[in-house]
Amino acid sequence: MPEPEHKATAEHAETAENRSFSASSAVTKVRELSFAEAIREALAEEMRRDSRVCILGEDVAEAGTPFKVLSGLVEEFGKERVIDTPISEAGFTGVGVGAAMTGVRPVVDIMFGDFLTLVMDQLVNQAAKVHYMSGGTWKVPLVVRATLGATRRSAAQHSQSLHAWLSHVPGLKVVLPSTPYDAKGLLKTAIRDDNPVVFFEDKMTYKMKGPVPSDEYTIPFGVADIKREGRDVTIVATSSMVQVALGAATLLDEVGISAEVIDPRTTWPLDERTLVESAKKTSRAIVVDEGYLRYGVTAEIASVIAEGAFYHLDGPVMRLGAMHVPIPFSPPLEDATVPTDRSVFEAACKLCKRP
Amino acid sequence: MTTATNRSAADSATAVERLIRMYRRMVAIRLFEERVNDLYTRALMPGLAHLYIGEEAVAVGICEALAGDDYITSTHRGHGHCLAKGASADRMFAELLGKKSGYCKGKGGSMHIADPTTGNLGANAIVAGSAGIATGAAFSSKYLRTNRVVVCFFGEGALGQGVLYEAMNLAQLWKLPVIYACENNLYNEYTHYSETTAGEILARPAAFGLAAESVDGQDVRAVYGTAARLVDRARRGEGPAFLLSNTYRFRGHHVGDVSRDYYRTKQEEQRWMVERDPITILADGLIERNLADRAQLDRIHSELTSEMNAAVESALAAPYPTPDEAEQDVYA
Repeated sequence: MPEPEHKATAEHAETAENRSFSASSAVTKVRELSFAEAIREALAEEMRRDSRVCILGEDVAEAGTPFKVLSGLVEEFGKERVIDTPISEAGFTGVGVGAAMTGVRPVVDIMFGDFLTLVMDQLVNQAAKVHYMSGGTWKVPLVVRATLGATRRSAAQHSQSLHAWLSHVPGLKVVLPSTPYDAKGLLKTAIRDDNPVVFFEDKMTYKMKGPVPSDEYTIPFGVADIKREGRDVTIVATSSMVQVALGAATLLDEVGISAEVIDPRTTWPLDERTLVESAKKTSRAIVVDEGYLRYGVTAEIASVIAEGAFYHLDGPVMRLGAMHVPIPFSPPLEDATVPTDRSVFEAACKLCKRP
Repeated sequence: MTTATNRSAADSATAVERLIRMYRRMVAIRLFEERVNDLYTRALMPGLAHLYIGEEAVAVGICEALAGDDYITSTHRGHGHCLAKGASADRMFAELLGKKSGYCKGKGGSMHIADPTTGNLGANAIVAGSAGIATGAAFSSKYLRTNRVVVCFFGEGALGQGVLYEAMNLAQLWKLPVIYACENNLYNEYTHYSETTAGEILARPAAFGLAAESVDGQDVRAVYGTAARLVDRARRGEGPAFLLSNTYRFRGHHVGDVSRDYYRTKQEEQRWMVERDPITILADGLIERNLADRAQLDRIHSELTSEMNAAVESALAAPYPTPDEAEQDVYA
């Protein structure tokens, strides 16, 4: 049995065969792009399509962000549209809200998702509520791109996965792409959406490669993707945890357990039907997410499955998430805090009553 | 010569019309707010409201300097800003009463009046909560080349919030057409601003390089004159400004704040109300300079009284939204 990887890596990148667009791949050129390249391509295409789209954030222009996700955009679109800001997250996100209300379609870059704590008023009290409080008159077509994910040895203030916080707020939409294909299609949808969208990218996934068609496409929100079909257990996984779940599914194959891996892709809107239908089919469900377990995304999804598929389940819905501690720095400590292929494999074996 | 004389006469006619218009707007706000207080004390209005009485010259003077499609952001004490920017009293009252015909279909209430048709980006119940939004609207003005100017209204209490300084820094860096309009009514809720505000207020925006000026906020002519200069400057692309209007909140922090002895004296309140009422100051000025007579001003007062009474009646009679509307307008 191969040693499981501790998190998403390029080795687990999905292949073109299991992609939904593969049927048309005979006429569509499919390239292998990295996650970062897919993000950049989505931004570039949308900026070419719509001059109102601009980027605001720290070191987004010449530096292309510390992750080099935006490299090359300022050369094409200029500093008037790829705009370096001061280290001033609340300020420039607030500017994004006001600009979105008045005809611009800003994409705000929050370098580390941990810094979302600094923009909570702008997102929660302002962006999320403007449309509702104004009786539907003002709109906020704002995208906030942020990162999530541990195991980068960045310690407690640069490693959190805080998407559950935003998923809790009516008025926001929350997107968690797990592959280059999804990242591109979902980001284009986010930019065209008339609501504030928070788009989380796993910073450990930026170099992961995967197939991306060269033709134009978008992916609708609220549509889960079955990353792998299976019969015995449903593993619902988000963002960084999708590759972990696929790794676990490979391990489970070897012990005769057929796992279905489902990626909701957006925590809000949430494709409850696909999750429930899969759980009904397999009679077992595990939810894996890199946020904290307590009051987190896994709790919500487990509850949706329990309510929707209770009489079809052979056991309780199990959950795996980040250990309830600030993310530690030391590698053996940090690695212990997040779900792995192995821990998901073991949970599935337990649920399927296998040794 | 003749042309110059005619223009001068026309200009002064326009100037008089402007003064009368500002008088009318200030009285409208005063009468509106008196009715809000009345609705509250008669238990006809849900929740609370923060009255603008005493500060009318600030909103009216500044909004007079704006074009119809210029933007404002407002505050929890925002009825005056909304009315000064052109909101209609009946839809305002309806919103305060939680009625479907209100500006926000009853979903916003007193602290969240918003109206795209008058450029009102919304009142904000987070102190300094609209600093980013106003600056963002100014960003749009520059990005889309619409040449609109934005006024961000806030009270001196907002001076304690960091996001205001982030926004001013961005506005100055990018030379955005936004006026940060600080209304110093002396009290952060129930605390005198001297207990909360270190240093000189104007030194703060000046440190960022903003044009920073102060004005007597009880003198609508002075407010208008200064605001017009700063608005023109912003529209010419010369950057943001900070306008400090020194004013006074005649009433409590909100309609229920009636026992105020623990934070300010009745003598202080009386002094402001008798000597520094912005409506009286303008009325006296108009009469002294023979630009209006008492009967004309009384007529304005009585017309507006009828209008406001009718607006209250129509709002009271208007239907509430139905419960199923609670789930509408969450997403665009």
